[in-house]
Amino acid sequence: MNITFSRAAKLFSAGLFLALTPIFAQSQNNGTLQMNERVPVLGLTPPIPVALDGFTGEAAEVLKFDLYVQGFSFVAPDAAQYLIHGSDSGSVTGTVTDNLAHKMILSRSYNGASLRRQAHAFADDIVQTIQNRKGIGQTKIAYKSQPGGEGPGEIYVADFDGFGAQTVTTDNAIVAKPAWVPGKLALYYTSYARDNPDIFFHNLSNGQRRVIAGYSGLNTSAAVSADGVKLAMVLSKSGSPNVWVCNADGTNLKRLTTGVEDSSPTWSPDGDWICFATKHNARRQLAKIPAGGGEVRYLNTAGTPNPTEPDWSPDGKWIAFTCQFGGEFDICVLPAHGSMAPTVLVPGQNPSWSPNSRTLVFNHRAAGYRQALSVLDVFTKQYKDCRRATGNDSQPAWAR
Amino acid sequence: MKLNKLIFPLMIALAATLASTGCKHGFNKVTPLPGPYPQPPGGEQQSSTLQSTTPINTETNPTYTPGPIDTSTNWDPSMMNQDRAALAAYTVHFKFDSAVVQDSEQSNIANVAQALTGDANAKLLIEGHCDERGTEEYNRSLGERRALALREALAKSGIDPMRIRTISYGKDKPADPGHDEAAWAKNRRGEFILCHPK
Repeated sequence: MNITFSRAAKLFSAGLFLALTPIFAQSQNNGTLQMNERVPVLGLTPPIPVALDGFTGEAAEVLKFDLYVQGFSFVAPDAAQYLIHGSDSGSVTGTVTDNLAHKMILSRSYNGASLRRQAHAFADDIVQTIQNRKGIGQTKIAYKSQPGGEGPGEIYVADFDGFGAQTVTTDNAIVAKPAWVPGKLALYYTSYARDNPDIFFHNLSNGQRRVIAGYSGLNTSAAVSADGVKLAMVLSKSGSPNVWVCNADGTNLKRLTTGVEDSSPTWSPDGDWICFATKHNARRQLAKIPAGGGEVRYLNTAGTPNPTEPDWSPDGKWIAFTCQFGGEFDICVLPAHGSMAPTVLVPGQNPSWSPNSRTLVFNHRAAGYRQALSVLDVFTKQYKDCRRATGNDSQPAWAR
Repeated sequence: MKLNKLIFPLMIALAATLASTGCKHGFNKVTPLPGPYPQPPGGEQQSSTLQSTTPINTETNPTYTPGPIDTSTNWDPSMMNQDRAALAAYTVHFKFDSAVVQDSEQSNIANVAQALTGDANAKLLIEGHCDERGTEEYNRSLGERRALALREALAKSGIDPMRIRTISYGKDKPADPGHDEAAWAKNRRGEFILCHPK
């Protein structure tokens, strides 16, 4: 291959940059390498440029969607860091080549399931190879969808991109806030099927469900601890909406907070803390409390008024939430530790983290005051809308 | 500068993934670094067979096992005759993002209290509603707070709070589907539903 002058200059500068500024520690042990990534910056991290070639139709769509929302961008081959080449006639096959080292680093073929699923699996292998992390291409979301735009709806489960959506309820009742049991095909959600907002547990493998919390007043905002053992939720049976904690089956119920307007609990992945929205000193704030009870601490949400609906990332590092400036909602991300102020990312509400702790699903206003689901990479700020279920899709929860 | 524009993202990308610098093109100032990933064994293509995932059972049993029984009130609104018209004239409205019962609403409270006082068998279901502007779970909680505030106001007027239950609909049941201040003002409300045994 001939090398042009500008390409040589690029390589020289790159080499000089690397030689002058060693950023990482790197150790090699029996042919496997430990890779410490540069700390990415919320909303400002450049995507990894790749070139796609040979894929058509659905397979190309899937690859582009999956890679875009995990921090890649698509460029011409001479500007690409990786070349992704393959075909999808019959089944998906593909290779990934490091364009600077001129080394093939992945070569795979897929069979079984569907072409769509094979493309998702290839995207996952690309992400694993290049970013050294598990891809999200084969993960699922649950959400509520309201055909009439408001009022009654059903709980849906779909692939994370919105394809393959299925209803898991047929009550034609108001529903809200689905929450996955970690690692299991089971959900909690709020439903008015009994003419009251109750929290249901629903086993998606056998369709069985039971009421976990059906106290008078409000039962909503179920949140499962990462180990699946405990449940946090908002009940108003004490006279004001507060955060309560119980076992996953509803037993051993204990009140955790005593504010006058608490909502939306979310667990830290280590199970030690619950973050929630509340009001303090006449201001709406995010707070956290030890999961076993204790002193409430208030988080720094400077610059993001009216913070609500927090969700704690699976790696423990971030809390995503919704803030509200007048009529506009924005997705914000706050470091879970320390006191750095949040970063405002894109318009939307109800963020839920994927297992990779960098992509999240949320809903935002689409045409006609309807809500649509969208998937966002918080570091590159790249996002893409999911396939629509019905009129109004909202409150998504990513299976983790 | 055009060259800078190309170099900078490339340098960041390189830094981020610690790619090999490809020394074979003759720049011997650069120490070659091993690639960050294992090579495909013998350069051969690996093959993956995907299994179908566990299907979701969508034949949801419409019945469900009832959960813990709430003994704080001993009546169930869904088992009663509900009369929305009887007290419709006394619907209370709220300020934006507030569950405070305004002074101007005291006559409505008094009328509802009077209706309950004069009707010993009657119970009351208070619905709390919001305008569309908050997030969903926040609004579900705000609607409940509005209903609870009305229950408290009625308790202060001498009504036994055990006769009163609350339900929030958040922003799910607007009185006016419009998207302006006039509509929003109508939607921020508490409605009183008189309940009698069947």
